[in-house]
Amino acid sequence: MKYYDKLIFELSREGRKGYELPANKIGGNSLNSIPTELRRCKAAELPEVSELEVVRHYTNLSTKNFGVDTGFYPLGSCTMKYNPKINEEVALMPQFAGIHPLQSADTVQGALEVYYNLQQALASIAGLEEFTLNPYAGAHGELTGLMVMRTYHESRGEHKRTKVIVPNSAHGTNPASAMVAGLEVVEVKSKPNGSIDVEDLKPLLNDEIAGIMMTNPNTLGMFETEIMEIAKLVHDAGGLLYYDGANLNPLLGKVRPGDMGFDIMHINLHKTFSTPHGGGGPGSGPVGVNKDLVEFLPNPRVRKDADGKFYVDFGKDSLGSISTFLGNFGVMLKAYAYILTLGKENIKNVGPMATLNANYIKESLKDDYLLPIDGVCKHEFVFDGIKDKSTGVTTLNIAKRLLDYGFHAPTIYFPLLFHESMMIEPTETESIETLDEFIEVMHKVAKEARETPDVVKNAPLTTLVRKLDETTAAKHPVLTYKAMLNND
Amino acid sequence: MSKVIENLRYSDSHEWVLVEGDIATVGISDYAQHALGNIVYVDMPEAGDQVEAGEEFGAVESVKAASDLISPVSGEVVEVNEALEDAPELINEDAFANWIMKVKLSDASEIDALLDAAAYAKICEE
Repeated sequence: MKYYDKLIFELSREGRKGYELPANKIGGNSLNSIPTELRRCKAAELPEVSELEVVRHYTNLSTKNFGVDTGFYPLGSCTMKYNPKINEEVALMPQFAGIHPLQSADTVQGALEVYYNLQQALASIAGLEEFTLNPYAGAHGELTGLMVMRTYHESRGEHKRTKVIVPNSAHGTNPASAMVAGLEVVEVKSKPNGSIDVEDLKPLLNDEIAGIMMTNPNTLGMFETEIMEIAKLVHDAGGLLYYDGANLNPLLGKVRPGDMGFDIMHINLHKTFSTPHGGGGPGSGPVGVNKDLVEFLPNPRVRKDADGKFYVDFGKDSLGSISTFLGNFGVMLKAYAYILTLGKENIKNVGPMATLNANYIKESLKDDYLLPIDGVCKHEFVFDGIKDKSTGVTTLNIAKRLLDYGFHAPTIYFPLLFHESMMIEPTETESIETLDEFIEVMHKVAKEARETPDVVKNAPLTTLVRKLDETTAAKHPVLTYKAMLNND
Repeated sequence: MSKVIENLRYSDSHEWVLVEGDIATVGISDYAQHALGNIVYVDMPEAGDQVEAGEEFGAVESVKAASDLISPVSGEVVEVNEALEDAPELINEDAFANWIMKVKLSDASEIDALLDAAAYAKICEE
């Protein structure tokens, strides 16, 4: 691959341009209508480049990306499944892409219908009463859900309920969201098999507990088999159950969080419902609740009146707005297209296929990689690094070596339960040929670790940029072009 | 294999303590620095702060994760290792030579509750 790291500003040459404007035949200068103090006095210094240079520049940059469209992406807990192109086609339809959030409801009935139907579809998949599609991402959904939890307790005069129980295997966003929502975090321990220790949970339950946040299957990919007992214990103590939807994929159409006793949940449309992510968004983190909590959902929501007409409800009694307008509508269109494309019957095949793929990789590699928790996993699993610790090869080294072989690295050093965590999630969209290729490369890397460990420790060897100095990057980040020039 | 030093006391949250008179010098163990990986920042208390045994007194941030520092002793902080402000990686180089804070003990008997080298080494093996 050609090395290319230019900025468009570096290509700029004075006077070079890719356009020719006709002479002003109307006369006058529109600038005159702008007050002097609001006009810029320095030239904008936009890059001056030809059309060909612009095309080459951005085409070259685009080849530096690694995405699901270019290769296998086994990033645990991220559900990097294929994003079907029909989703994009639907979202780009000018009838959707061209509308404005301030248009009157009469003129956007179709868009509101999609929005309404998605609320309904998610509620039926989750086994909950109602959803808000407003939150912009998973963590934003968590915050919204916890605000619902807090407002619910406050509405009942239970101001003492300010503590949220979070397992020590949880996604880092769980305790972070609880803190942002003004709640206090209490940690509950996991058993050696990674699931919540019910005996450790019991003494934590009292009249100060607002609720518990759980991921099921948990971050080790294991189903919490004691969920019904946990739900009863938490409910009996007056708390609510929050479901982190990051791991919903294996349960899709098979098990509903509402039926497990969860009261509030968020869904990551950009994971489970195949909308693109990984480059920072945009995401969408709809929040669903049971019927007792509906009045606490944020507004606006889309509703249908008796004549079948859709309208936007700004409500009164909720916790307020948590987004501008209705959320990331483009993402919702893609998720809705995905749900309709699969249909009620096929959606049930997602989880079993994702589970089969994960178990296939796990069983094929457990002779070379340390599997701390044996048994059937769901959509993902965790290795505690390479089995033969005498090689000195770390999980980080293996992740970097995978790049040399054209694979994206798995999630590393999470969950924090193990020192050398390597979390692999293939998703249902990969073929057995791709899985076999990955397995072969993982075996090869383990062999290299035994025979030529320095090769693995110095990886990546073939990428455009070699191993980065993460310590300096974290301590002295160079974030602007000017700073980079001064640095040289 | 991580190093454990004989005449120090340890907490199960991987801090070490050296007691000299009524002053306790506190740092994190070699095992802890190894588990954290490259350390990029140490959030330290200030001289004059009160610390409580079992309570958080700062945090270490590495390229992998951020972890709270739990004080093994109670008392007043008399000095912090300012060298770590600019060079937190010193802990990776030698976790026992590069202490984090010195505390004037308010309750010397707390030391007895801490682990000795042999007991701590056993925890690290698990």
